[in-house]
Amino acid sequence: MSETRFTEQHEWVRVEGGEGTIGITRYATEQLGDVVYVELPAIGKTIAKGAEGAVVESVKAASEVYAPVGGTVTAVNEALGADPAKVNSSPEEDGWFFKIKLTNAAELSQLMSEDKYVEYVKGL
Amino acid sequence: MSLPTISGDRGLDHEEKLIFELGRAGVTGVDLSDVKVSDARLSGLRRRGTIGLPGLSEPEAVRHYVRLSRMNYAIDAGLYPLGSCTMKHNPRLNEKLARLPGFADVHPLAPQSTVQGALALIAELMRWLTTLTGMPAVAMSPKAGAHGELCGILTIRAAIEARGEKRTRVLVPESAHGTNPASATFAGFTVDEVKAPPEGRVDLESLRGKLGPDVAAFMLTNPNTCGLFERDVLEIAAMVHKCGAYFYADGANFNAIAGRVRPGDLGVDAMHINLHKTFSTPHGGGGPGAGPVVLSARLAPFAPLPLLVHDEKGFRLIENRADVPEGAKPFGRMCAFHGQMGMFVRALAYMLSHGRDGIRQASEDAVLSANYVLASLKDVMSAPFEGPCMHEALFDEHFLHGTGVTTLDFAKVMIDEGYHPMTVYFPLVVHGAMLIEPTESESKESLDRFIHVLRTMALEAKAGKKERFEGAPRLAPRRRLDETAASRKPVLRWKAPDLPKAAE
Repeated sequence: MSETRFTEQHEWVRVEGGEGTIGITRYATEQLGDVVYVELPAIGKTIAKGAEGAVVESVKAASEVYAPVGGTVTAVNEALGADPAKVNSSPEEDGWFFKIKLTNAAELSQLMSEDKYVEYVKGL
Repeated sequence: MSLPTISGDRGLDHEEKLIFELGRAGVTGVDLSDVKVSDARLSGLRRRGTIGLPGLSEPEAVRHYVRLSRMNYAIDAGLYPLGSCTMKHNPRLNEKLARLPGFADVHPLAPQSTVQGALALIAELMRWLTTLTGMPAVAMSPKAGAHGELCGILTIRAAIEARGEKRTRVLVPESAHGTNPASATFAGFTVDEVKAPPEGRVDLESLRGKLGPDVAAFMLTNPNTCGLFERDVLEIAAMVHKCGAYFYADGANFNAIAGRVRPGDLGVDAMHINLHKTFSTPHGGGGPGAGPVVLSARLAPFAPLPLLVHDEKGFRLIENRADVPEGAKPFGRMCAFHGQMGMFVRALAYMLSHGRDGIRQASEDAVLSANYVLASLKDVMSAPFEGPCMHEALFDEHFLHGTGVTTLDFAKVMIDEGYHPMTVYFPLVVHGAMLIEPTESESKESLDRFIHVLRTMALEAKAGKKERFEGAPRLAPRRRLDETAASRKPVLRWKAPDLPKAAE
């Protein structure tokens, strides 16, 4: 069973069997505009919760993507190198950034559920 | 225009090709005799193919660049409201003085006895900068704002190392110029962001939570990039100092407070000054930048080489660590020579021609102009923050919600209206930001005309009249550029079209 959790900085993390897939939300991509470049972390790198995991560059701005939960990077979405547009077309599926093996699954409880995130975005 | 011209040109506006498309093989502006060099001397490096330089006569080359220059927008052509850039007028006096041969032709390796005047000018500029900022020392060599930031952060690093401490984090507010985190990272620190609260100023609680014994510095722009004065700055400085860190100020917006506020009185330890904006000659002003860094007494000993000293023998630059005066511990040097002489002359000319009262008035007028724009437009456009602003007026995209017009569309229409667009989508903490910095250069008549244009645009957008916005600009030499394709599939090199093969 998987569950998706969200941060106030508009990252999402979907956890399946101790591994979290991380990306940015549709709201984030709408704010950024067309994504033109994504810098991904090295596989094997350990990232603390809230630390910089990736960088996303759009026609408007370059922004950090923070790790919603801490862990060790197990995979990155190589396809974004050739086709960063995937982040816009499918932010919460094909446009994922990287996967990490969670250090502490309890950190998930500090993140927003989908319902809460939708509410949060409405208030912005 | 309904009827196209036969030539493709339109009056004074020429449709100009790339210089490579204009060039023809064998054409040249100068006749050079053939040079015969033996293969022995080239050791196999003789060029085999053509190098693809465009062949044009001299008048063709001149026309090409004159025609291109007519497509430029410049501060000398009109109001240039680019926020954060301080596009103020370049007084011609500065240019005249910078071109005096005694300054313009100075060589950095000339014997110092032959350039005493130039060194005296640098010393006088240093006196103005330290007086205006209330700081005891200044490093003159950094070549621009970001270079100055790096210089300031390296000075801080040297001071921390001299204390025998290890501090790894630099705190930067979310609204900072992107160069701040870049400079800190480049100097080997880890950057930690301080969140911006809804009112657009640094949140003291958030800052307090981030401060600790591993913090080397806090970097703050004041006024900040939202055009607001950080009114808690004294408390911020006290908090930063209490934890043993240094207070770095980004002086990019010093032009809003020069002559009124001395950063030294605010507890600042290091601040770079963009000579090329605060004291005129912004981008495109015909010269390079300069980013001197003023330093507090705590940091002054670590200022980089060269050091300029004055004694009975005259002015002298100290270039080596072995020669420095007692107490000086320079961290190294920022560049090969001594800084940007041309900018030093321009900045001092600006200072002397304005005087201390004039510099103060320039700052006050810049703030007044921005507030006039803010007050005249905030009923039809939307300002994200309450109250008056400093030298730049910030609007967000709220007033465009539901109109189908975006911040980008709004900016592009300004091109059709004969203006350079304002800064858009910066600062990042505001959605669809439009940052307008009119500067003190504009008359009230000029501002009224500008306000009238923006006001009408805002009202039309809200009334659903979108023709003006769709696909704007309509009147520029090129229509809306595809920024996405330009980034995703950039064409960085012109390639000659394939020539049809000659029949065998």
